[in-house]
Amino acid sequence: MKRKLVILGNGMVGHRFAEKIAEYGGTEKFEVTILGEEPRRAYDRVHLSEYFTNRSADSLYLSPSDWYRTNGIRLLLSEPAISVDTVSRKVTTSAGTELPFDELVIATGSSAFVPNFEGVDKQGVFVYRTIEDLEKIMSYAKQVSKVAVLGGGLLGLEAAKAVLDMGKESHVVEFASRLMPRQLDEAASSVLKSKIESLGVRIHLNKETKQALGDSSFQGLEFVDGSVLDVEMLIVSAGIRPRDELAKNSGIEVGQRGGIIVDDELRTNVYGVYAIGEVALHKGMIYGLVAPGYEMAEILAYNLCSPGQKTKSYAGSDLSTKLKLIGVDVASFGDALGQTEHLPIAYTNPRTGVYKKLVLSQDGKKLKGGILVGDADAYSNLLTLYLNNVELPAEPESLIVGTPSEEGSAFGSLPDDAKICSCNNVSKGDLLGAIRSGSCSDLKGLKECTKSGTGCGGCIPQMNSILKEELRAQGKVVTEHVCEHFKYSRQELFQIAKVKGIRTFEEMIRTHGMGNGCEVCKPAVASIIASIYNEPIQKHREIQDTNDKYLANIQRGGTYSVVPRIPGGEITPDKLIVIGQIAKKYDLYCKITGGQRIDLLGARMEQLPDIWKDLVEEGFESGHAYGKAMRTVKSCVGSTWCRYGVQDSTAFAIRIEERYRGIRAPHKLKSAVSGCIRECAEARGKDFGIIATEKGWNLYVGGNGGVNPKHAILLAADLDEETCVKYIDRFMMFYIRTADKLVRTSAWLEQLEGGIEYLKDVIINDRLGINKALEEEMDNLVGTYVCEWKDVVDDPEKQKKYKHFINSEDSDPTVRFIEERGQKRPVDWPKKELVSN
Amino acid sequence: MNTTAKEPVWIPVSTVSEFPDDGGVCAKVYGEQIAIFHFSSRNEWFACENKCPHTGDMVLARGMIGDSQGEPKVACPMHKKSFSLRTGACISGDEYSIKTYPVHIEDGTVYIGMESPGTQG
Repeated sequence: MKRKLVILGNGMVGHRFAEKIAEYGGTEKFEVTILGEEPRRAYDRVHLSEYFTNRSADSLYLSPSDWYRTNGIRLLLSEPAISVDTVSRKVTTSAGTELPFDELVIATGSSAFVPNFEGVDKQGVFVYRTIEDLEKIMSYAKQVSKVAVLGGGLLGLEAAKAVLDMGKESHVVEFASRLMPRQLDEAASSVLKSKIESLGVRIHLNKETKQALGDSSFQGLEFVDGSVLDVEMLIVSAGIRPRDELAKNSGIEVGQRGGIIVDDELRTNVYGVYAIGEVALHKGMIYGLVAPGYEMAEILAYNLCSPGQKTKSYAGSDLSTKLKLIGVDVASFGDALGQTEHLPIAYTNPRTGVYKKLVLSQDGKKLKGGILVGDADAYSNLLTLYLNNVELPAEPESLIVGTPSEEGSAFGSLPDDAKICSCNNVSKGDLLGAIRSGSCSDLKGLKECTKSGTGCGGCIPQMNSILKEELRAQGKVVTEHVCEHFKYSRQELFQIAKVKGIRTFEEMIRTHGMGNGCEVCKPAVASIIASIYNEPIQKHREIQDTNDKYLANIQRGGTYSVVPRIPGGEITPDKLIVIGQIAKKYDLYCKITGGQRIDLLGARMEQLPDIWKDLVEEGFESGHAYGKAMRTVKSCVGSTWCRYGVQDSTAFAIRIEERYRGIRAPHKLKSAVSGCIRECAEARGKDFGIIATEKGWNLYVGGNGGVNPKHAILLAADLDEETCVKYIDRFMMFYIRTADKLVRTSAWLEQLEGGIEYLKDVIINDRLGINKALEEEMDNLVGTYVCEWKDVVDDPEKQKKYKHFINSEDSDPTVRFIEERGQKRPVDWPKKELVSN
Repeated sequence: MNTTAKEPVWIPVSTVSEFPDDGGVCAKVYGEQIAIFHFSSRNEWFACENKCPHTGDMVLARGMIGDSQGEPKVACPMHKKSFSLRTGACISGDEYSIKTYPVHIEDGTVYIGMESPGTQG
């Protein structure tokens, strides 16, 4: 026979307890009944104020409507218990039902505390606790324009914001000298106060209410100091009182100031009767936050479901909180107010409305608590340091000033019992266990199986680091799958294409993917196929990224820019004149690029084949400025002209550029050759760069990080030209084969296990025994080069693809230019739409 | 959308063979620019306005098509924002969306369903 388990209260904690019972298999052992006083199933009271805006209880519910039935739990709504008989062991409900119990869990929570001043019972005074309270508030608010909230704590400030959102004059009245008096000090409160006041909420501190004014309906507050606040409605949010009346009347022991007394296993003085959440009084503490309630629910459910095993005990909870309060970050944890001996460090910036305080142990080595207002990014890291009692870095102030790094030195070796998610009480060990069980290998899975990161979300960065670190430790390649259509990295797809001889996207997705592909995997596969077979890319036109598809770079207005190849930046006067003539003929804007070439901008799509034809006829070819490909090799004038030059950098740059022109890679590639150590070609700012020495050439790799600028690192020194080219062949092919999609050489090198030393070992010492293959692959690419523009110029069928309309010869009539500095440029994008950029 | 369900006027645009497999083209229909996609790997056709709602540029026909969780979509070539080809909603989560049109194939001809001329803005 199943034992009868009755839960009083279907709030957040009662519901979490039922969830945990179900999770631990307790419904096999217990017949579970849960009683709720409210007419609806459990909902998220923490986000109650959202109900003001979306008026939808649906989004607040903690479980689907059939959850209780599916889990075999009986739910009685609008039916609170009215008495508990601890002798005959039964509960009587408001409907007269008698429910015998073997185990009784009291999770009746708390009610709003309403101070006892004169007139508090007038019409127009409300509490802020349930959805039903909110509905009454919204209904009454229709007839008033000025509303006060009594209480400047978390909930009170939320309520004040809701009042403001309803379009009413909003006031907050607080008895203490500061806002959130249990969490913030004077300085923090003052920063928060000015922020909130700037939003339009008026704040009145140090106000002790004497009486409510008005006849039958509420008409304002009079304070003990004699002042009067003229408002027409009052929302009371001045604290909570545990709902312990059932216990009091049935011999269950309660504290002097309320709350059902429980021990470390959450037992009351009556055998088989327990209390959890805001009704429970543990070691003199009532916790008015949901996280400790959840923790109690978890511990009690565990203990009831696994008899005989070691029970868990409740050691009290941390009162840390992080909130987005009225659009302002506020966080407070540990001994935030510095009530014990301590060393405070604080940072205030009134201009930005930021206040940060660390409460340190007297020797400055441990974190005891802290407050963050206006910028709470550091919260989750600080909380981890605090909860795990980790020794702080030598300059603890670095934790609150400057940018906190994700892997700050203090986080390196957290113990397994380090708490990561305090909302759901998940430790580092819990996360590792879940990852090691193999059931979750990404963040989404980890959230689902541990619930970590599903509360406030502040721990997600740490979850991510732990996940990556652990996957790496297991020897798994931590690369994201290319996208939802392929469960492979780019490197894996490259090997698949090569080994299986796959030459089309269609074959790749049919044999190794799913769905229809997308703008991420199609160009990735296109690039792989191009890198292996070097066929004209127009053969696979529809899977090319937009610039590759049109062999030109799409720019504002949907026009294109055209960049002919000018190897090494060397150009004859005749060719220079030709470019000018062509630009004039098609009315193109001209600009010298950073890579020593000439950009011709403002070409309409249908003009492209004609422009290319003119250029090709004059001996130019595509510069591949559109491709994730080898683009340009910059050079200085070297020993031919320069009085310092020690080698002919221009000749070598031209040789390099012509050898590798247009070779498809995971990202664009650029190079440069400098004729001496003065580095006029800025070769170390390139994916690979060459600098002349007295004895030959120094080869550098992995520079030009794009958004994160990087200098290239020396791979080999004093090389002759042939060896230098051989090493570049190997380097480029190795990168093309192994880098992830859209990863530049600098990031690739950084991620390479063993870094530059390993790369040297591969390229110079042939550690992997693949250099012959790499060189052959490169020779094949070099030998099969064709100019992609010429490919289109020679084929009238391909030219048809450049018409703007399929059914008209017209140009796009919406393209517009204006003149600036003697040339044309596209008109700006509409302003209003730019806002959503 | 009209509240009264009105049968659209079907405008012939071009022949099926003019369309690239799994690609798009732009057609001029009643003076409007319509992007039409032959999503051959799904054996479906879609049409939407050619205008990128974010930049105002007439480029969506040049975008790449694909799917996201099974929903057919086009990625704008300007900044890769994706739009559902069924509903026009922005899949990347932005507020703006695009207009979509019905496509009908008969005897090798591609037709776009438009409201009758005169109701076009």
